[in-house]
Formats: sequence, C-alpha cells, structure tokens
Amino acid sequence: MDQTFSGQLVNLFAAFLLLIAFAMLSQRRVLTLIRLFAWQGAALAASTLIVAYSTGQTHLYFSAALAVLLKVMLIPWVLHRLIDRLQVRWDVETLINIPATMLIGIGLVIFAFALAAPISEMANTVTRSTLGIANASVLLSFLMMIVRRKAVPQVIGFLAMENGLFFAATSATYGMPLVVELGVALDVLVGTFIFGIFFFHIREQFDSLDIRHMEKLKED
Amino acid sequence: MADTPGIAFQILQSVFVVLAAPLLLGWANQCRAWLQNRSAPSILLPYRTLAKLFHKDAVIAKNASALFRLTPYVVFGCMWLAAGIVPVLATDLPFAPAADIIALVAVFALARVFSALAAMDIGTSFGGLGARREMLIGFLAEPAMLMTLFTAAFISGSTQFNTIVETLGNREFAIDPSLAFAAAAFLMVALAENARIPIDNPTTHLELTMIHEAMILEYSARHLALIEWAVAIKLFAYVSIGIALFAPWGIAEAGNWSALPLAFAALAVKLTLAGAGLALVETLLAKLRLFLAPEFLSTAFLLAVLGMLTHFLTQG
Repeated sequence: MDQTFSGQLVNLFAAFLLLIAFAMLSQRRVLTLIRLFAWQGAALAASTLIVAYSTGQTHLYFSAALAVLLKVMLIPWVLHRLIDRLQVRWDVETLINIPATMLIGIGLVIFAFALAAPISEMANTVTRSTLGIANASVLLSFLMMIVRRKAVPQVIGFLAMENGLFFAATSATYGMPLVVELGVALDVLVGTFIFGIFFFHIREQFDSLDIRHMEKLKED
Repeated sequence: MADTPGIAFQILQSVFVVLAAPLLLGWANQCRAWLQNRSAPSILLPYRTLAKLFHKDAVIAKNASALFRLTPYVVFGCMWLAAGIVPVLATDLPFAPAADIIALVAVFALARVFSALAAMDIGTSFGGLGARREMLIGFLAEPAMLMTLFTAAFISGSTQFNTIVETLGNREFAIDPSLAFAAAAFLMVALAENARIPIDNPTTHLELTMIHEAMILEYSARHLALIEWAVAIKLFAYVSIGIALFAPWGIAEAGNWSALPLAFAALAVKLTLAGAGLALVETLLAKLRLFLAPEFLSTAFLLAVLGMLTHFLTQG
C-alpha cells in the first residue's frame, strides 16, 4: 500500500468520522445515538489501523485493538444496559432546534479547519490533513454536550469528544505513547461506569435525568 | 466551435433526451412496482399517457389568464434547454458555453417560478397551497444544489460543465471524500427537486399532502401532457447531472462519431441502474411530514458544505 493511497483512505475515514459527528448532533433518539457512537469508534479504529500499517508504528495496532474493544463493543454495551435499566428510550430533547444546531456546527467546522491549517503545514505525517477534521469533531462533540438537556446524550457527547482527541493525536503525531493511551482508555471506561452510577443518583434525587434540575442549589 | 458535427451532436442529444425521458420514468415505475410486489405497468406507459393526453380537448378555467396557458410551454422549454446544456451523450456541445452550472440552476428556477405563478393564477386553494410548498422546497434545495455543484467546480477549477466532466472523467482514480459528500447531498436534492419520496409522492391522490401535483391540478389535455413530459425530462436531466458529476466515464466528445456507440451503451447501463436505484430509495423511505422537509434539505446543504470544506482540507 503506497503512501498516497493510504493517505486517501485515512482521509475517507476522517470524513466518515466527521459525518458521524454531525449525525450524532442531529439525532433525536438515544438508541441510535449509541449505535452512531459505536460506528464512530469503528471508523476511528479502521483509520488507526491504516496509519499503523502504512507507517509501521506497531504500537498503533494496540491502539486500534483497544478502540475496537472499548469503543465499539464494551462502552456501547454498557450504555445499552444503562438505558435499559434506567428505561430512558425517550426522544432526546434539544435546547436549539436541529437545523440551527447544524448551522452552528458548520461554523465550528470552518473555525476548526482554519485553526488546524497552520499546524498541519508544519507537520510531516501522512495524516496531517485530517487534523482539522479531528479538531472539528472535538468541537462538535462539545456542541452536542451543550445543546442536549438530558444526561445520557451529554455523556455520549463526552465519549465522542474523546474519540476526536484520540484521532487528533493519531493525525498530528502518530498517536500518544502506549502508556498514555492505555491510561486514557482506562479513564474513559471508569468514567463511563461512574457516569452510570451518577445517572441512578440523579434520577433518584430529581425523578428525572434532566440536568436543569441540578442548576438549583437549594430546594425552594 | 459551432461546426457541423458539433451541431449534429447537439440536435441528436436534445432529441434523444426528450424522447428517452419518459422511458426512464417508465422504467423507474416498473422497478418500483416489482419491489412492492405489484404487477408492473408497461415500461411504455408514460408514452401512452402522453399520447392520450395530446388527443384530448383542453379545459381551461374561465378566469385563467394568458400566463396559465403559457406556463406549460415555458416549463417544457426550460427543461429542454437544460437537457441541451447538460452533457448527456457528449461533452463540448455548441450549446454548452451558453450556460454554466449556475445558469443551469437558474433555468430550473425559472420553470419553478412559472409553475408557481400559474398555480396561483387560477385562484384555487390547492393551487396556492402547492405553489407555496413548492417555493419552500425550492428555496431550501437550491443552495444545497449550488453547493454540490460548487464542490465539483472547485475540484475541476471551472463552473463550465464541459470542463468539470472532462476533468473528473480523465483524472486518475482517487478516493475523494469531498465528492462522496457531494454525491450524498446531490441525491437528497435530486429527490426533493423532482418531487419524489421522501419529500413528495408523485403517485399520490390526496390533495392535502401534494406539493408538485397540487400545482398542476387545473391542467388538462395537451397542457398537462407538456407538464408531465417536462417532469420526465427534469428527472432525466437530474440523473444526467448526477452521472456527469460522479460517474462521467464513457462519455463521447462532440464530433467523435466512433465514440458514440460506447457513450450510448454506458448511458443506458447508468440510467438503468439509476432508475432501479430511484425505485429502491422510494420503496425503502416513507414520505416525510412537510415540516421535516427543511431538516432533510438542511442536511443536504450541510453535506454539500462539508464536501467543499473537506476538499480544501485535503487538497489545500
């Protein structure tokens, strides 16, 4: 596999990642959101695999395997279990309507691309052109956390943001050292479990997973 | 530029598109019937409908103005012009420099404006309702369409259809995410512009859910035939634009007679696939509520913009 072809494939998967980030932003159902999150993990793993193969960085194989294990299988399964137990298969409520959110998203993408342009000029990796996309998907996940009202989609936004960061690391410097990656992966996994426990506490306290209830400090 | 073989090719293409357009519609309807387990109508049914309508006497409302009578001819003329500009069989046609992709979108818009005006001219409530909805869809679909075409224009460095098709058809194979985005956006826009499911149902008989059909309720006989024919040509033109942008292989150059059989064969294969694909899309999707149409089209716009941005990112 020569460099230009693998570069094109990585670009394709990067575009796919960005597309999924937008799909998540526009998605109304929690179940589909989780499925999209799993697909995003799969795209991430595939692009990492291609970078690993074309550059011969062996530790990236472990990253890809880790991504498949955690982001495609384990975390979506945990989230599925969670929403089953919480019985929250409701439609997601958004603060701003969806077309407006998407327009803001386009603005964010332009901002992220402009931000990444000077950095990717300095980099000399095959994947330098995807840094903008990685940036954009981090910002889009941020946006998703902001415009969602309920706790579960916010957590999925948080996890998707980690996907974007992981992708940014791969595209800028061929990934972080394996120890750091393992640490982050473990953090995310533990984070998911802690969030899960929090969900139950939040619901017990307020009879709802709507986080607006948490803005009040005192009961009136 | 305006040499004899070029003009011969232009006439050949224009006549071919007008004659073949109902066939594509018939093929799509046949495929859809098969997919829905119905016994399929003949592939020639659109031709028979047109022949039947041309033999009938036209009935026109008393308060209709000249605009109402004029509109079918304008709409048909616009579509025919569009079919002459889009490279269907050959590139480098003598007509092609007359209009680039922006002017092409304007030609489609002109037809839309006239049908909306004619629908309101007659003063029935369904006409006004259809016109309003059509303009809503149109104003949302047009920017997405332009953005899609701009993506292709940026890749080839020109808004001329000829240059775009030649650049895209002759370059070496490359996976281009921006074209993939643009293709998805184009598919969505084409469905909306041609009043197909999920935006509009071309076979509906329920006036309240109609968009395009509601505008032409008052037309009969030869006027209706021209409009139906124009609808078929519009579908053909959109499919041809899609082919020209995203699968331009096998197209002939004007004046090159030896390449013509290959161009015909390639076009036939592509149109067969496109008609079957259209039937598949229409079978798999359900019609959206009208208020979800802006969401559908803003998604198309988003995809088109993403395609353009991705192009800058990966090339620039």
